[in-house]
Amino acid sequence: MKKTRLNQVHREAGGRLIEFAGWEMPVEYRGLIDEHLAVRTKAGLFDVSHMGEIMIDGPEALALVQYLTPNDASKLLPGQVQYSALTTPEGTFVDDLLVYCLAVPDKYLLVVNAANTDKDFAWVKDKAASFKVKATNESDRYSQLALQGPLAQDILQPLTELDLGQMKSFHFAFGQVAGIDSLVSRTGYTGEDGFEIYTLSETPDVIWKAIVARGEPLGLQPVGLGARDTLRLEAKLMLYGNDISDKTTVLEADLKWIVKFQKGDFLGKAVLEKQLAEGLKKKLVGFELIDKGIARPHYPVYIGGQKVSEVCSGSYGPYVKKAIGLVYLPIEFTAIGTELEIGIRDKMVKARVVPTPFYKREKK
Amino acid sequence: MYPENLYYSQDHEWLKVEGEEVVLGITDFAQKQLGDIIYVDLPAAGKSVEAHQTIATVESVKSVSDVYSPVAGEVVQVNQALVQTPEIVNRDPHGQGWILRLKIKDKSELSKLMKAADYEQFLEGQEH
Repeated sequence: MKKTRLNQVHREAGGRLIEFAGWEMPVEYRGLIDEHLAVRTKAGLFDVSHMGEIMIDGPEALALVQYLTPNDASKLLPGQVQYSALTTPEGTFVDDLLVYCLAVPDKYLLVVNAANTDKDFAWVKDKAASFKVKATNESDRYSQLALQGPLAQDILQPLTELDLGQMKSFHFAFGQVAGIDSLVSRTGYTGEDGFEIYTLSETPDVIWKAIVARGEPLGLQPVGLGARDTLRLEAKLMLYGNDISDKTTVLEADLKWIVKFQKGDFLGKAVLEKQLAEGLKKKLVGFELIDKGIARPHYPVYIGGQKVSEVCSGSYGPYVKKAIGLVYLPIEFTAIGTELEIGIRDKMVKARVVPTPFYKREKK
Repeated sequence: MYPENLYYSQDHEWLKVEGEEVVLGITDFAQKQLGDIIYVDLPAAGKSVEAHQTIATVESVKSVSDVYSPVAGEVVQVNQALVQTPEIVNRDPHGQGWILRLKIKDKSELSKLMKAADYEQFLEGQEH
């Protein structure tokens, strides 16, 4: 099992460690609900060093990224980030990812899911062969910390010379954090304001400890993968393997906003265009349970007594205080308010289609 | 840590004998493994159960866990407080967080269960 450079820190903080995607990662420290609420109301600090980083370097880097992803990376200036996907020729997902523009048009960093890093790198490398670029898997060199929550900026600002007040959402800059060279980006996977801090340093624990020292008196908690999952679900952020996969298209996942048909050719474009023209047959929607219980992944979903689907992500949302989830439904059943039944062990439990995200933070 | 007056199962349930009835709950080890409990699916009073059958289900945010009855019997009462405040199981697993009462069929079945000291030793084998 791989360990991040913060492994010892998690042990000292009382983190309960589990295996995730080949990594030994903290699933929780003080308790999932406490950690979840700390991120919503104060701040939380995550070790997400298991995430993958793939560097695309060379004169045709932009051209390759444009070919691999449906969003328009040509809109990015250095210092900007974009949510996008690696798509198959069928318009389905190899993965979802963040594209960091380091230099136009020749240097881009792709940040991908831990569980998919090797697959993604093989995919990118294969496609890169016909472009003037070098693709390198930098995943093991990077550590990544995420500081998320309404107090994130207040906690981080005294630790860096970067002017965080000037850093807009989905922008990034290079600078030191607690004296350690870092890339700081205003991004996250929780639905809150916050930052993700990437460093090549061998001692990312210096950053971790400085943030904890500054943040804990203000209510910051270390947060494990358990709360990371419930936070992202409340914000309806996708989890590869649960909500999106190589069986579901970008349009079916209700991510049309990352598909820019005008930008030129990209993998899956023809299929997606056809799907858009003909209309979707199924779409990912949010539901909440009306009756008691919790719908979990793969539980059967029924409408009018007929099994129509299975739950993708499903959990209890500690902030919204409801059992919530995502499911692909035949398009005729995707209207808000549509009543569903979910098979939970030997019971049929009532649920209904609701607007998403389940949680949206109030903008200041 | 683990009360002397309870019996313990390898599935991390505890039983407390009160006359012809037993009170059943999950152990502190079990609640820690589950994390924050948000729902307990309770059986109806009167339900009969064989030894080692599922009698209730405890759900935390992250996982679902069946509660097995270590002995055969009939449910005489369930802890209604868990409907509104299931987190009592986290706070007081061996006391206020009891799950149900059973009328026990055959008291000799209790001899197959562990006493506190044995259970603690059993747990040491579970942890690494």
